[in-house]
Amino acid sequence: MSTVTHDHDTAHHGEHHHHAPSGLKRWLYTTNHKDIGTLYLLFALTMFFIGGAMAMVIRAELFQPGLQLVQADFFNQMTTVHGLIMVFGAVMPAFTGLANWLIPMMIGAPDMALPRMNNWSFWILPFAFAILLASLFMEGGGPGFGWTFYAPLSTKYSGDSTALFVFSVHIMGISSIMGAINVIVTIFNLRAPGMTWMKMPLFVWTWLITAYLLIAVMPVLAGTVTMVLTDKYFGTSFFDAAGGGDPVLFQHIFWFFGHPEVYIMILPAFGIVSSIVPTFARKPLFGYASMVYATSSIALLSFLVWAHHMFTTGMPVFAELFFMYCTMLIAVPTGVKVFNWVATMWKGAMTFETPMMFALAFIVLFTIGGFSGLMLAITPADFQYHDTYFVVAHFHYVLVTGAIFSILAAAYYWLPKWTGHMYDETLGQWHFWCSLISVNMLFFPMHFVGLAGMPRRIPDYALQFADFNAFISIGGFAFGLSQLLFVWVLVKCIKGGEKATNQVWEGAEGLEWTLSSPPPYHSFTTPPEVK
Amino acid sequence: MQRQPDHQPLIKRLLLATALMFGFGFALVPLYDVFCDLTGINGKTSTMAATADNAVVDGKRTVTIEFLARPNADMPWLFAPQTQKIVVHPGEIKLVYYEAQNPTANTMTGQAVPSVSPGQAALYFNKMECFCFNQQVLTAGQKLLMPLQFYVDPALPEQFSTITLSYTLYDMTKHAPAETVAALIPTGGNDE
Repeated sequence: MSTVTHDHDTAHHGEHHHHAPSGLKRWLYTTNHKDIGTLYLLFALTMFFIGGAMAMVIRAELFQPGLQLVQADFFNQMTTVHGLIMVFGAVMPAFTGLANWLIPMMIGAPDMALPRMNNWSFWILPFAFAILLASLFMEGGGPGFGWTFYAPLSTKYSGDSTALFVFSVHIMGISSIMGAINVIVTIFNLRAPGMTWMKMPLFVWTWLITAYLLIAVMPVLAGTVTMVLTDKYFGTSFFDAAGGGDPVLFQHIFWFFGHPEVYIMILPAFGIVSSIVPTFARKPLFGYASMVYATSSIALLSFLVWAHHMFTTGMPVFAELFFMYCTMLIAVPTGVKVFNWVATMWKGAMTFETPMMFALAFIVLFTIGGFSGLMLAITPADFQYHDTYFVVAHFHYVLVTGAIFSILAAAYYWLPKWTGHMYDETLGQWHFWCSLISVNMLFFPMHFVGLAGMPRRIPDYALQFADFNAFISIGGFAFGLSQLLFVWVLVKCIKGGEKATNQVWEGAEGLEWTLSSPPPYHSFTTPPEVK
Repeated sequence: MQRQPDHQPLIKRLLLATALMFGFGFALVPLYDVFCDLTGINGKTSTMAATADNAVVDGKRTVTIEFLARPNADMPWLFAPQTQKIVVHPGEIKLVYYEAQNPTANTMTGQAVPSVSPGQAALYFNKMECFCFNQQVLTAGQKLLMPLQFYVDPALPEQFSTITLSYTLYDMTKHAPAETVAALIPTGGNDE
């Protein structure tokens, strides 16, 4: 996929062959994939800090046993909104932002296929989160039933903020679906001549599969919240046993969405790591085709494992075994990926710049999260782990040191391409090492308190967990503060710095590195020829 | 842009897929009910009265039946089984009573919803007569003995030696008129 011949005039630097309005209108009206990508990424960063501030409230309250800072109700709202914001406001928009920036440049297209819809799918997001955040200031507070909004907590025992929660989730869903349609149409119709399916960069492949997952499950989430809304306000009984419904049905429908959702948040990360590792190992990716097949099989299997979130609901033994084995089966394609990354590095001429450090940390720490996932998949063991801090440790390893670390890796990796300046490597390394140490202080001990029986989503805890929790909270504050370093790196890099070359990284391959740094406003106005 | 491929067909297909998946989310509701009816995995018992079609009593085997009763959090009635636990032979017809009292100063309507644990045993727990088939109306202070006649199907798999039957009693007063409630609750008992 590497040899590219096209005569791109690196001199015309976007700005003078389009007539965009300036100031705020430029961003409001933009249909440019780079502008929208930037908006998504900045939005995700903002949400990351808002959701992070809520995590700080949670960790401050849990610093000591007993209730010190906040009331239990508010604590519940913090865990709920923290989860919603990080999932729908930080991780997913960050990946969509990367898709916007990178997919056209990687497949040799001038822009996304549906630029006006692209503008919409971004600009409805701030409204969704404004509604969600505003609900926190309502009388009775915001949603406090956990991001999973299990019925009857959300249907019977919730406040009127539930309506706002439902509408904000609807908007987030519409935004994601529009983004997914755009990605699929772009990849199908705008690939440069010669860019066959099996020559596409893995980031494009993983995003294509993610987009299909989004189209398959976001409508189901929309249906779930709609049922919650009608159960609560319009007298239906989808989840109400008194009216012939079944609260366990809620969990089935929710997790039918929820499990593919966790792959939506990790497949693009696989694509990112598969781009970064070959660059810094200076070797082509080992097992490209197996990576594509592994990603597809993970996506297909993700529809057959939802009930592993519900082992304790009293399912029949055969169902528990079915979901246990299907879940364990996912370890096979995931293992293929991890071994491929390791094999890519084998005997490579490796260097350890910040993106590579984050990618390496991803491989190690995501695998730890994968292993604790395997432990949770074991039905009889899950009865002990269920709803404890062990689960919290597990999904933060896959989502923070997995998804978030991959996003940070991607930001460092492509930042010189986007801005035209090298970032400050020393600061980047500081950011990495501070994050690495603090994130493990934060999440690793959660395994132990979880196994010892500390329940999740509780503002107070038994005294024997006090020391561990104080330690975890210190890790949490340190991790939160470390992310400010990233903002510093970002601002510094946008403002200036050493000029980046077109290729930026010695080992980087792919169409995006043939463009100038920063790339022209419209990526490939003449399609490059891929040989 | 050199070529302008036609995006419309693909967009239409993707929008159709989105609409279908939205429908699928709702289709899961009846699918779940059918699946549970067939397998009994959610512990819901039949809402139709069973007949003891000359079931043979299996005198060699015994099954313990435990009775639980619980008014829902919003339900002020007192509600309890007269018998906590009995031992029966599969196929043997038994009659037990539940007691309900309305301690309030108003006439109220209640509806009991049964659940059997372990779930798979629900298919083998046959109720010939049950107060849960109908709504109960109690005037202020009224007390009522409510019958439950049942037998355990002799085909009950060997692994089940104890079956727990739990009733939750819901306040249905606000949901009158009864036909709206009947539309929501698939209680075959209303047709009797």
